[in-house]
Order: sequence, then C-alpha cells, then structure tokens
Amino acid sequence: MTIDGELVVFIICGGLTVIGALGMVLSRKAVHSALFIAMVMINLAILYVANSAPFLGMVQIIVYTGAVMMLFLFVLMVVGVDSSDSLIETIRGQRLFGILFGVALAVLLAGGIGTALTDKGDVGLDAANQEFGGNVEGIANLIFSDFLFAFQATAALLITAGLGAVILTHREAWKPKVTQKELSVARFMVGAGHPGNKPNPGVYARHNAVNTPAILPDGSLSLDSVPEPVRSRDDSLIIDHRVVSTVVELVEGEDQN
Amino acid sequence: MSGSQFGFFGTDPWWMVILKAVVIFGMLVVITLFTIWWERRVVSRMQNRIGPNRVGPAGLLQSLMDGFKLAFKEEIIPKSAHVAVYWIAPVISATAAFLAFAVIPFGPIVSIFGVETPLQLTDFPVSVLYVLGIASIGVYGLVLAGWSSGSTYPLLGGLRSTAQVISYEIAMGLSFVAVFLFAGSMSTSQIIAQQEPIWFAVILLPSFLIYVTSMVGETNRAPFDLPEAEGELVGGFHTEYSSLKFAMFFLAEYINMVTVSALATTLFLGGWLAPWPLSLWDSANTGWWPVLWWLLKVQLFIFMFIWLRATLPRLRYDQFMKFGWKVLIPASLGWIFIVAIARVFRNDFSFTNQQLLFTGAAAIAVLLIGSWLLQIRSDRKQESLEEELEAESNAPFDPMAGGHPVPPMPGQIFPYTPRRVLAEQSVAGGVSLSDKDTNAIEETPNA
Repeated sequence: MTIDGELVVFIICGGLTVIGALGMVLSRKAVHSALFIAMVMINLAILYVANSAPFLGMVQIIVYTGAVMMLFLFVLMVVGVDSSDSLIETIRGQRLFGILFGVALAVLLAGGIGTALTDKGDVGLDAANQEFGGNVEGIANLIFSDFLFAFQATAALLITAGLGAVILTHREAWKPKVTQKELSVARFMVGAGHPGNKPNPGVYARHNAVNTPAILPDGSLSLDSVPEPVRSRDDSLIIDHRVVSTVVELVEGEDQN
Repeated sequence: MSGSQFGFFGTDPWWMVILKAVVIFGMLVVITLFTIWWERRVVSRMQNRIGPNRVGPAGLLQSLMDGFKLAFKEEIIPKSAHVAVYWIAPVISATAAFLAFAVIPFGPIVSIFGVETPLQLTDFPVSVLYVLGIASIGVYGLVLAGWSSGSTYPLLGGLRSTAQVISYEIAMGLSFVAVFLFAGSMSTSQIIAQQEPIWFAVILLPSFLIYVTSMVGETNRAPFDLPEAEGELVGGFHTEYSSLKFAMFFLAEYINMVTVSALATTLFLGGWLAPWPLSLWDSANTGWWPVLWWLLKVQLFIFMFIWLRATLPRLRYDQFMKFGWKVLIPASLGWIFIVAIARVFRNDFSFTNQQLLFTGAAAIAVLLIGSWLLQIRSDRKQESLEEELEAESNAPFDPMAGGHPVPPMPGQIFPYTPRRVLAEQSVAGGVSLSDKDTNAIEETPNA
C-alpha cells in the first residue's frame, strides 16, 4: 500500500475518532462527554470529505455538531452543569444485558464489515459522483427518486416528534400575560411603593459605608437606602441631626476663614 | 474532488497554497485592526465625539497598540474554572473564524508569479455549507467559555449563545436555499458566476433581508449581542477571560463580522463583480480590480454593522427568540415555497417572466382574500369563545363542574378554606381583596 493523502488523513482522523469515542464513554462529566462526541462527529465529517462525499461531511457537521450537540449542551447547562450520573443500577440486570447486547452488536458489526471488506473490492464514490455530474447532484437524484418515500416519511416522523414535544410542554395560559408596559404603569400607581431605584447608602451623608442612611434634601434620613439585612440586624448607623448641624457649622466656619 | 468541474481549484502548486493562506491570514488580522479603529471613529462621529486620533495618522495605529497592551496584560484564571476547556474555548473560536475564509473568493483568475490562479484559497461543491459548518463549530468557543469559567454570568451568556445559534442558524440556512435554487450550485465561485447579469440581492430580496438580519444574530453584534450583554451579564461568556485569551475572542468576533459580510457579498451582491455603472467598463471584472470592488462591498456591510450598533438598543431576550422563531423562520419558509413554485413553472411549464408575474399576482390576491375571510371567521369564533369564558368565570364556583372535582376558573374564588377564614379573622379591618373574599363566601350556598 502506498502512502497517499487519504491514508494520512485516515490515520490522523481515525485515531482522533477512536480517542474521542473512548473519551465520551469514560469521562465523568456530562459536558466533557458531549465535547468528545462533537470531536468524533467532526473527525467523521473529515473522513467523509476525504472519501469524496463532501455533502455528507458538511451536513454531518452542521446537523450533528452544530445543532444536535448544541441542543445537548443547552440541556446540560439548564439541568445543571456539574451533575454527574449516579452509577447505581436502577433497572435490575441492566449492566448484564448491556454488556451482552454490546458484545452482540460488536460481533455483528465485525462480521458485516469483515465480509464487506473481504468479498468486495473498494469501488470508491468517484463513478457514482460522476453519474449525475457531481456529489450533490447524485444525492439529490437518489433522494428525490428512489428514496423519496423514505425521505418524506423520515421528515414526517421528525415533525411529529417535534410537535409531540411542543404539546407535552405546552401550558394553557389562564390569564393574559402581563406586558412590560403594564408592569411599568403598575410601578407608578399610587400605593405601589418606590417606582425607581432606591437611593444609595451614604448619599450626602458623612460616610459612605453601607450602613449609613442617605440624607434627603430636607435633612431627614432615608432608611430605604440601607439594605434590608443590615436594617433587620439593627446595624444602621443613624446619624443624629445635631451631628449634621455640627458638620454644617464646621463647614461654614471654614468658609468664613 | 472532481477536478473537471472546478477547473483551476486543486491544481495550485504547494507554494501557491501556502502563499494564499498566509496572505488571507494577514489580511484578516489587518482588516480586524482596521475595523476596530473604523468602528470607534464612526461611532464617535455618530455620537458627536472625535474618537481615537493620537496614535499614528488619524489614530490608525490605536488598535495595534491596544492589541499589544491586551496581550501583555496579566492573565487571571478563576479558581473554579475547568482549566482544559477554559484553555481550548478561545482557540476554537479564533481558529474557526480564520478557517471559514478559505472558500471566500476575492477576485477572478489572475497571474501570480507566472501561475494562473483564482483569487480564492479553495472551492468545492458544498463550500457555502462549509462556511455554515465552521460557523457552528465557532460557537462552541463561546458556549464552552461560558461553561468552563465556573461563574454565573458567563454560564448565562453561554446558555444564551446556544439558544441564539440554534434559532438563527436555521433562518440563515433557509435564506441560502433560494440562492442555491437559482445558482444551481453551492460552490462560492459558481454562485458568483451565476450573478453576472443581475445580483441575487435584487431577484431574491426577501432572502437577502433575512440573511442580513440573521447574520447580525450570528455574530452576536448589537442589537442582538445578548450573549455578552454588558448591561445584564457583565461581559457575558468572556467575563472571566483576560489578556491574550480575551484578545482571541475579540479577534474572532471581528473576523466573524468580516466573514459573514464576505459571505453576504458572495451570495447576494455578486462577490467581486463590479457594481452597475462600473460594469459598463470592459476590464472592470478582470485582473486585480475586482479585489477593490469586493473590499468596498464588504466594507459596506461592516459600516452597516457599526451603524446598527450606534443606533439600536439591545433586544430583550424573549423578544429576540420570538423574532427568530416566529418571524424569520416562517417568512423564510414561505419565501422558499414561492421561489420553488416559480422555478417549477418556469422550467417545467416554460412560463415567461411576464406570465409568472401575472400568475403570482393572481395567486397572491386569492391568498389575501382567503386569509381575510378566514380571519373574520376566526375573529368571530374567538369572540364567542371569550364571551363563553367570561360567562364561565362570572358564574359562581362549582367545585364539581362536569361531574369532576375541578379547581376554580380565573376570576373565581375558592369559597371556603378553614385557613383563610382564620386568617381573615386575625386581620383587623381587611383590605379590598379580603372584602371580596368574604363576599364570595357569603354568596356561595356551599359555605
């Protein structure tokens, strides 16, 4: 066998695919697993492109890496990024059956691929690609003639699944949704409380510590400016008016000098 | 790949491939530096300021200096970060950004050092899909950055980024379909060749508008910059990044902006083809001139990006998602439907353009009248439904309506619970709500 470009690509991408697949099974964190699958998908796509199936390769990246794995990551992040699966068997005999079926599948695959490799020589896609004048054209001709029914049936199945998911998560709206406009009108209604931000602690006060209430323009204190936890611990630093007036006197005294 | 179909592609000598790759890399970095300066200057003008004007002529070297400063800053990695993923994320972002440019054409076939070669690194039958695929890999950078930072705001930014890319990539992909139908190819060079008499932006205007909208969503630029909304999420996905890693995200964002602009130019504005008055000049589409037309068109889009940023406020997240799923995607699908029907009539029934136009107008008229009639009917139905609902909620609460134990309808009040009666007794001089409650109790015969 001569060493050509395709072989080099196969050795690199094939190796990375196997590493990715092992990593996906062996990693403890769900996000790491998802990353490894993405790596497998991308390497498979490169292999498809190298084997003159560029359309399949690109669609593999867009659909699986771009959409499916992205949805996976989204769900993982919503569910909780650090949750790792418990290793306790919930279905009795699950592990045993899992190993059994796994080995059976491996034997089946090895047998199938083995016979395919020994009985038939490698034909490649070049002849098929040339038949309709290109890879994309060839696939289009097959999908929209021989495999039209299968293609449409798959599409219908996927749409049904999507609709099912939408219906399962659908909730009847009992009341009309409160809009942003209504919310902001309600904010300014009488009795709704303070409409805007509360004043910061320490505004115009002697001190800017968080427990120093802001002084309003008329000289009174705004207890709203002190955070609730501080207030409930009775930690606010209430400044005596006399002290304020002393400060004023001091400042005025400075001005006169 | 089949060499026969793509003439000059795949026949370059090895040094030409390396030369083109290096030139594209350098050009992207320079365009990024220029765009940052350009953006700051334009936004400043729009806000009655001057903008950076100290470093170099007209401040042109400002972004270069900023880049140096950024690279030499101290790097801080949070303790709770997942280090491996934290490292990989900016690399994925920046690499993907550069990769997408491999299939963008800058000009026709020229002669470089005596070798005839197209001004494009490579091309293959599905190169537009390649750009889409690379863009979707690039988003992994943002999402992983958000996750691996081990901090709340970046996580929210990453989460927003995933939702955003899923919804906007669909609209973006759908807007390409009409172009593929008309060009009969998914390779960038062939799409440009098909736009020789008239640009696709003219004949496929709805596709163009949808693409331009979704490309802003795709690049996370204002008004769709939700993953990094600085008013809500500090910095979004890159909050915990500093120094060179942050610089890589920065670089990736600007290159992505150039990439989507270049793709829009290729697909809709005729790529490197000269615009109308210039195209009357015979040699406008030969030699090195087309590079200039290409650059001007790309700059036009970049200016649009800057203009949008200076003009529009950021969308609220639910409005943004609603816009993507309920406006852009259905509009795209409807438009593709129309385009496909028109193509069938033209190709299989050999309609002329005029016949197509009349048939289309008649079909639209029928559709409009039909939908108007349907609207009237559904409005009536809705009204009667609402009346029914109102009557139901005004009626006194029947806990066994329809023979089943049911909860109260909105507006109805559950008549009697021992706890509420106790609570009302303990509150002296009840407010309006509790008054209503006691009335309900008195009115209901069950109590």
